[in-house]
Amino acid sequence: MSHEHGHHKETFITKYIFSIDHKMIAKQYLITGLLMGIVGVVLSLFFRMQIAWPEESFEIFKIFLGENFAPGGVMRNDIYLALVTIHGTIMVFFVLTAGLSGTFSNLLIPLQIGARDMASGFMNMLSYWMFFISCIIMLCSLFVETGPASAGWTIYPPLSALPQAIPGSGLGMTLWLISMAIFIASSLMGSLNYIVTVINLRTKGMSMTRLPLTIWAFFVTAIIGVVSFPVLFSAALLLIFDRSFGTSFFLSDIFISGEVLHYQGGSPVLFEHLFWFLGHPEVYIVLLPALGITSEIIATNSRKPIFGYRAMIASIIAIAFLSTIVWGHHMFISGMNPFLGSVFTFTTLLIAIPSAVKAFNYITTLWKGNLQLNPAMLFSIGLVSTFITGGLTGIILGDSTLDINVHDTYFVIAHFHLVMGISALYGFFAGVYHWFPRMFGRMMNKNLGYVHFWVTAVCAYGVFFPMHFIGMAGLPRRYYSNTAFPLFDELANVNVLITIFAIVGATFQIVFFWNFFYSIFKGKKSPMNPWKSNTLEWTAPVEHIHGNWPGEIPEVHRWPYDYSKPGHDEDFVPQTVPMQPGEEELHH
Amino acid sequence: MTSLLVFIVLVLIGVAVWQLTKIFDLTQVGEAKDNSEVANDKDNSVNGYLMFGFLGFIYIFTIYSLVAWGEFVLGTPASEHGKDVDNLMEISLVLIFFVQTITQFLLHYFAFKYKGKKGQKALYFADNNKLEAIWTIIPVIVLAVLILYGLYTWNQIMYYDDEEDVMYVEIYAKQFGWEVRYAGEDNTLGKANVRYIEGINTLGVDMEDPNAQDDKVATELHLPKGKKVVFKIRSQDVLHSAYMPHFRAQMNAVPGMVTQFAFVPTVTTAEMRQNEKIVAKVDKINKIRANKSKTLIAEGKEALDPYTFDYLLLCNKICGRSHYNMQMKVVVDTPEDFNKWLSEKPTFSSAWKEANAPAPVVEEKKEEVVVADTTKVIAQVIK
Repeated sequence: MSHEHGHHKETFITKYIFSIDHKMIAKQYLITGLLMGIVGVVLSLFFRMQIAWPEESFEIFKIFLGENFAPGGVMRNDIYLALVTIHGTIMVFFVLTAGLSGTFSNLLIPLQIGARDMASGFMNMLSYWMFFISCIIMLCSLFVETGPASAGWTIYPPLSALPQAIPGSGLGMTLWLISMAIFIASSLMGSLNYIVTVINLRTKGMSMTRLPLTIWAFFVTAIIGVVSFPVLFSAALLLIFDRSFGTSFFLSDIFISGEVLHYQGGSPVLFEHLFWFLGHPEVYIVLLPALGITSEIIATNSRKPIFGYRAMIASIIAIAFLSTIVWGHHMFISGMNPFLGSVFTFTTLLIAIPSAVKAFNYITTLWKGNLQLNPAMLFSIGLVSTFITGGLTGIILGDSTLDINVHDTYFVIAHFHLVMGISALYGFFAGVYHWFPRMFGRMMNKNLGYVHFWVTAVCAYGVFFPMHFIGMAGLPRRYYSNTAFPLFDELANVNVLITIFAIVGATFQIVFFWNFFYSIFKGKKSPMNPWKSNTLEWTAPVEHIHGNWPGEIPEVHRWPYDYSKPGHDEDFVPQTVPMQPGEEELHH
Repeated sequence: MTSLLVFIVLVLIGVAVWQLTKIFDLTQVGEAKDNSEVANDKDNSVNGYLMFGFLGFIYIFTIYSLVAWGEFVLGTPASEHGKDVDNLMEISLVLIFFVQTITQFLLHYFAFKYKGKKGQKALYFADNNKLEAIWTIIPVIVLAVLILYGLYTWNQIMYYDDEEDVMYVEIYAKQFGWEVRYAGEDNTLGKANVRYIEGINTLGVDMEDPNAQDDKVATELHLPKGKKVVFKIRSQDVLHSAYMPHFRAQMNAVPGMVTQFAFVPTVTTAEMRQNEKIVAKVDKINKIRANKSKTLIAEGKEALDPYTFDYLLLCNKICGRSHYNMQMKVVVDTPEDFNKWLSEKPTFSSAWKEANAPAPVVEEKKEEVVVADTTKVIAQVIK
């Protein structure tokens, strides 16, 4: 450890730009993620407006999409698909993977395990800057004349491979693939760093069973990432080969725009397998950190130990393991052998068990607590609520028989937005409200936080709950307009309602952004441990120093959840407090 | 004008936020003004009640949705296996509804009931193996039942007996339309590959194959009631998905391979049009369309056609710019009507001979023009 003695001279560039300090990198991830989030959400509002008021002309489209993408203010039909694609890509990868994991893994792993920094600060810096470059490339693809990638965020070939099939599969798709390849490299460097740090740099006394659940979640998430992201990388690479070098990994027997192409022997189903081998674990890469954050926040604000600490760890590991063997439930009707469908139905529905355990444990943690309803706590409770609502419909989608009729309808949109989109976003917000004092030494305004939560909570239900019904009515997703089918005319009003909820909900995020940026500079000064939490990060001084603790790294004597433990005066006992004579570690 | 509206909306939102924070501020009146941004007793109390209110919101919204939108759901299945699917769906939905109601109640009620107060101490309750076991085992049992029932139905749907008396129909997908091919007298579809595509042979049927001679091609999918139909599904360009929601049937169309789905249609189109729920649905849709037509006519545009019920095959896998309008009418007839309809269709080989004999030029030209056109359009777009 070369930085043991605290501060050394840092220039502006080494401190704020090419920083190797995990706290600064966390902030860089956070702010980049939030800005990408704005782009992702605005795109979704654009295509929601198109669905609600099909083929109408909007001033705002003229300004933001321009004459090329929206001639006369009417969105082009392939641009609609492009917006859907980029919205999905940005939200899943750039906001909820890099933004969420990047921020909180970086911030909390060293601070909560008692380390001076990540195992490799340099690799950590490289990880952020590669992420940054991939963001820039992805954003650049929005300005390509033929439009950005338009084959859906799952980029299934042949649609994504052939510019003849959709204009977005030209330069736009090339940029998408390059951006994602760099993103994956960035993500892998981050994940390897997290794993090595958690295994090697825990402070004295910090055994694995004394780790906060946040760290367990980040740790396991990083492992899933290392296992599955390379597979997506290979899929992207093979797709690049098919697109540019004439190979036939995913393409075969294609006749398009009047000619037969030379491809022979490949299979799009192979791509689906490779994609979803990452794609499904990706859901948990997004969700597990949010659940980890929630575990920590619910315990702290309930002033109670998290219920079933070991069961929580077991369920994180079970979910992680199962998540790598369920990818086929995205492919029940892809044309793969129905026997595989049976296998994947079985493994998929098994995931409901650890998920149910988690939900019940959260609820039990609230029981007989002394709940401090801070904004972070509200978002955590909100997460449990949407996790249940969204997770339950997984029983339908994971069942091959039922999936036949709701596959790729709005029912799916409702399910995954609630269970991973909104839930993970709530985890993100909860984490920001909770650890803001740790990051910036100041507090966010709680009243603005309350307004932010309640409006968001109502709007999130308002947007996604009705989608179950239009999905069960058979309305497919990714339709530019539903007017081609008189059958769907009766759903038009619901779509308008959804869009209104979406616009209101998105607009109120301004409250959050205002609160966030204002509080960085003008928020109230934070005390050292504002939430009276047990974990180690609150024992470090408010002012950031490279190396985290000015003197020795604190030693850990107990698990992080001794809240309201009998025999102690305060309702929290930090991990650094030695066990009293005769005191038992009750959770064992 | 629009910018003015946007401005007004932004101002109103600003006012709304300001007012809402005021409300939270006002709840602090009477308290010693504390300056921390940590929740105090008043915050806990207000948000605790709001939690309870939110539970009410979820319940009321759910009930409203069921009443207002419950009828959107597709209604009577038109295929044999559709009943099993709907049955399983109903069981799952009831289960979900039950669990959702209870867990959301517990979650929000606890958040309300145990809202924090100064001086109150939480219960130190870290573990209980019995409870853990209960909520592990209950889901295990429930899921075991669901999995078994689901897999049983899945196997019923996806596997069929070759010995069975089935009819083979090919569904052929391309950007952005569908075609169907009937196997004809021999009930065997002729070989096909996109490399054979030429002129009116848009499906790429191998004309040398004896099995192909009696195949028949159509642009509407007609099915006989009560007969098991095995669909062989192909695509010529990108992924598509043949989705027939009323039959609870869907299978992707994958270029380079033939996928398969089978079902027995049980309700003819005519019968379905008499179905009470469908009649109500059609009436409702026609009212909506009539209203829309009024505004369209006022704008000097054409009115919408009234809607009559038909089964549909629609594309349900993102496939390009006109993905949203890639559909084909499906008609279920009585076996007699179906046989009559099919027998009036010329066989593919005779259509081919006709097209390539004396005056094939017309047909071919038509085809070419279309092809050239799409190329041009796409080329322009790419440019």
